[in-house]
Amino acid sequence: MTAPVTGKQVGRSLARLEARAKVSGRAEYTHTMRLPGMLICKLFRSTVPHGRIKSIDMSAARDVPGVFAVYTGEDVKTVIPDPYYGPAFHDQPILALNKVHYVGEPVAAVLAEDPHLAEQAVQLIAAEYEELPAVFDEIEAADNKVLVHQELKPASTFADLKHLKGVKGTNCALDFKLRRGDADKAFASAAQVFEHTFKTQKVLHLAFEPLVAIADYKDDGATITTASQSPSFVRTEIARLLGWPENRVRVKVPYLGGGYGGKLYIKLEAMAVALSMLARRPVKVALTMDEVFYTITKHPSTFRIKTGVDKNGKIVARKCDVWWNGGAFADVGPRVTQKSGFTASGPYDIDNVSIDSYALYTNLPPAGALRGFGIPQLVWAYESHTDMVARALKRDPFDFRKQNLLRAGRPHATGTILKDVAIEKVLDTIAERLNWDAPFDHGSGTLRRGRGLAVGLKAVISPTTSVAIVNVAGDGSVTVYCGTVDMGQGSDTAMAQMVGEVLNMPAETIRMVPRDSDVTPYDMGTLGSRSLFHMGHAVRLAAEEAKAKIAAMAREVGEPDGSNIPLAELIRKKYGMQAGNIVGTGTYKPDYVPPDPQTGQTANATPFWMAAGSGAEVEVDTETGQLRVMRLVNVVDCGNPINPKIVETQISGAALMQLGFTLFEKMHFDGGQVTNASLADYKIPGIHDVPPMENEAVEAYQSNGPFGAKGVGELATFGVSPAIANAIEDAVGVRLTELPLTAEAVFRALCAKDNRPLGDE
Amino acid sequence: MTAARTINFTLNGRAVSAEVKPHHNLIEVLQGQFALSGARESCGQGLCGCCTVQVDGKPVSGCLYLAVFADGAEVVTVESLGSPQALDPVQQAFIEAGAFQCGYCTPGFILMTKTLLARQPQPSDDEIKDYLSGNLCRCAAYPEIVNAVKLAARRNKTG
Repeated sequence: MTAPVTGKQVGRSLARLEARAKVSGRAEYTHTMRLPGMLICKLFRSTVPHGRIKSIDMSAARDVPGVFAVYTGEDVKTVIPDPYYGPAFHDQPILALNKVHYVGEPVAAVLAEDPHLAEQAVQLIAAEYEELPAVFDEIEAADNKVLVHQELKPASTFADLKHLKGVKGTNCALDFKLRRGDADKAFASAAQVFEHTFKTQKVLHLAFEPLVAIADYKDDGATITTASQSPSFVRTEIARLLGWPENRVRVKVPYLGGGYGGKLYIKLEAMAVALSMLARRPVKVALTMDEVFYTITKHPSTFRIKTGVDKNGKIVARKCDVWWNGGAFADVGPRVTQKSGFTASGPYDIDNVSIDSYALYTNLPPAGALRGFGIPQLVWAYESHTDMVARALKRDPFDFRKQNLLRAGRPHATGTILKDVAIEKVLDTIAERLNWDAPFDHGSGTLRRGRGLAVGLKAVISPTTSVAIVNVAGDGSVTVYCGTVDMGQGSDTAMAQMVGEVLNMPAETIRMVPRDSDVTPYDMGTLGSRSLFHMGHAVRLAAEEAKAKIAAMAREVGEPDGSNIPLAELIRKKYGMQAGNIVGTGTYKPDYVPPDPQTGQTANATPFWMAAGSGAEVEVDTETGQLRVMRLVNVVDCGNPINPKIVETQISGAALMQLGFTLFEKMHFDGGQVTNASLADYKIPGIHDVPPMENEAVEAYQSNGPFGAKGVGELATFGVSPAIANAIEDAVGVRLTELPLTAEAVFRALCAKDNRPLGDE
Repeated sequence: MTAARTINFTLNGRAVSAEVKPHHNLIEVLQGQFALSGARESCGQGLCGCCTVQVDGKPVSGCLYLAVFADGAEVVTVESLGSPQALDPVQQAFIEAGAFQCGYCTPGFILMTKTLLARQPQPSDDEIKDYLSGNLCRCAAYPEIVNAVKLAARRNKTG
């Protein structure tokens, strides 16, 4: 073991604090945990996309020796009378009630000690449904001919959804509007107007630790161990469902085997609690990988974008219509619709902007946030479109972006003045790394090459709060209590580095307490690249308070000003022995002004902006459509990196994940049924799919960030898809407007371009 | 379901026995009866490598490997590597190269790397990638994993 490093902690490429536990197989994950007396739950799921439940026959399942119980939604109602949950809408029943809304919705739960036995019993359950017409496409859902829910039931969590309470006859869970200037007038007087429509497919997080929750309900309190990115929200929501004060609900979260947004807010926790209440024993609900496909996914989207330019190539107007396919339950979709929707016009300086962003219910598995909170879908469309506009104007795509780029001091479409974001540096760095000014060899014969770039802008979700505690023990050792969930992004290490920086001690000597709502204070959630900024400030403030108390203690015991007395000695001097605690707390909630509901305008849309982009060089085989990424450059502005090595792996990992969504990942459906719900049929990037790759965090400093830093987890996803599509057009002159960019899609486009379109077979 | 039977095998160098049913896989037995959770199920189809364990020196997917087949065999899991004083050089290399994020797949990659380096102490990049292509990492720490294997191989040579 190497000796702890004293001195400056911020900027160190320190190995993760939990590295040893992870390489030795001893790190704890909920999925492998078990409690004494625990029952295992296996679920019987809906086989129809939309229907009224006529009957559920559970007799054969109940007769299986060893089955403890079989429960339905009606049983759940006996212990939780109003068993609907969700972060934005209370639309999701713990087990289906009266109706099923998608293929795969949990309808009945079998409990047994042996999971195989429970699974066998599930196979013996039969349900009859009166099938109802179903709607799968987000544009069709907007017609409201088929209604997924009879009435909207917004949660009280978010103020801007209140007006939707009790609304009937719609699938639209939120219609976010932004209006700046007069887009219609500007289009009328524009020299040229371009309009295109882009689509993204349904993909999923596929964290290798599948979704899981273990609940142990007792009459005076419930303990939930869960793989959750939002322990505080789980606590609040379970308390609400039980009609309890929060302090009777304890939520424990060990390390997560990946999250990427798939473990946000509330997933299986309510079900585990309800089943534990019914069984009066601990219950574990652990999904298998195929079940995750029926639980949470990424929003497919349709984005119609229209741009008007003047005779000098300046963008004068942009109109964005975005339809988000949220599936059967809203989950966090309305947040994606608004919080990302307001950036749909891209990182450009445009006086006249109109954005409509619609969250839509459909009869598909629910969709939530996936590494980017909607931004990758938006950047895919606006950066493909921007490239097409540049090419139509016979402009260099880089120059055209430079001319129109939104720069510091200028108003964003929300009216908020852009500041503190190195978007131009990101764009320039990508171009420099690609040698954009130099001639490019486009290849010849059947192998053609092309290059493309793309940049995106994101605002952080607001307003949100983080609270942290720093506790100095009698021997001077430091423990930090914070609710940020380390799911692989390295937050524990980064937080310890920031605390170590303040207290002038090696980060590796600092203990991060595993998340447990009985001891770790409130945090809004580990999501949207918010934690390093928000929780970073909270731990910094807590450490500063502890530091001030240490200084006061030194004065109290008569130490001279600027004394360097070791902490342990100081405490001993105060208490006469190794005793006591020095506790600092920190709460951070940044300023924010909510947008005007009619215009989306606000003086302060976000505490900080994030910028990132990618450049790609590709080679296309014109005989087969086969595509090879020859080079992928990913550049982000994450402010001042707290841990450069972890930042590098986050950039690389995010870009490779997005590469999968760009080139091959896609959930296939037949009548609402997922037909490739397994790793055998749903391909994700493997070790052979890694292209030659360069990653860079540009030199930047976030002036209101902790130590100049801000989040990084999502950033490298932004530009990958459009950069590659733009490179394909540069290579072979065809434009793909729908993800994924498969060889078949390229080949079809090449055939269509040659006036020999292929049929559907 | 059918009755359990007793199997005897060597687990990380110790003689052990377990009561297993015919349908139990090795992961269930390691986790349920020996509290070893370094090998863990993810895809459940033998495709991701998170459940990798060695049986008689060969890496197998523990989620598909029926426990009864381990009767009389020598089973090695990630927990056998290193000591409280010092990590195994492969574990150390994974830390230094930053070759993981969430860590869920890491024990599988480490056991595969141990097997690779036992067979081929100085693998080329292509050999590394081919040998590890049966292990997946959703955090996509692949570039760092290749670096970790190379680092461990280099130390093999010098050490």
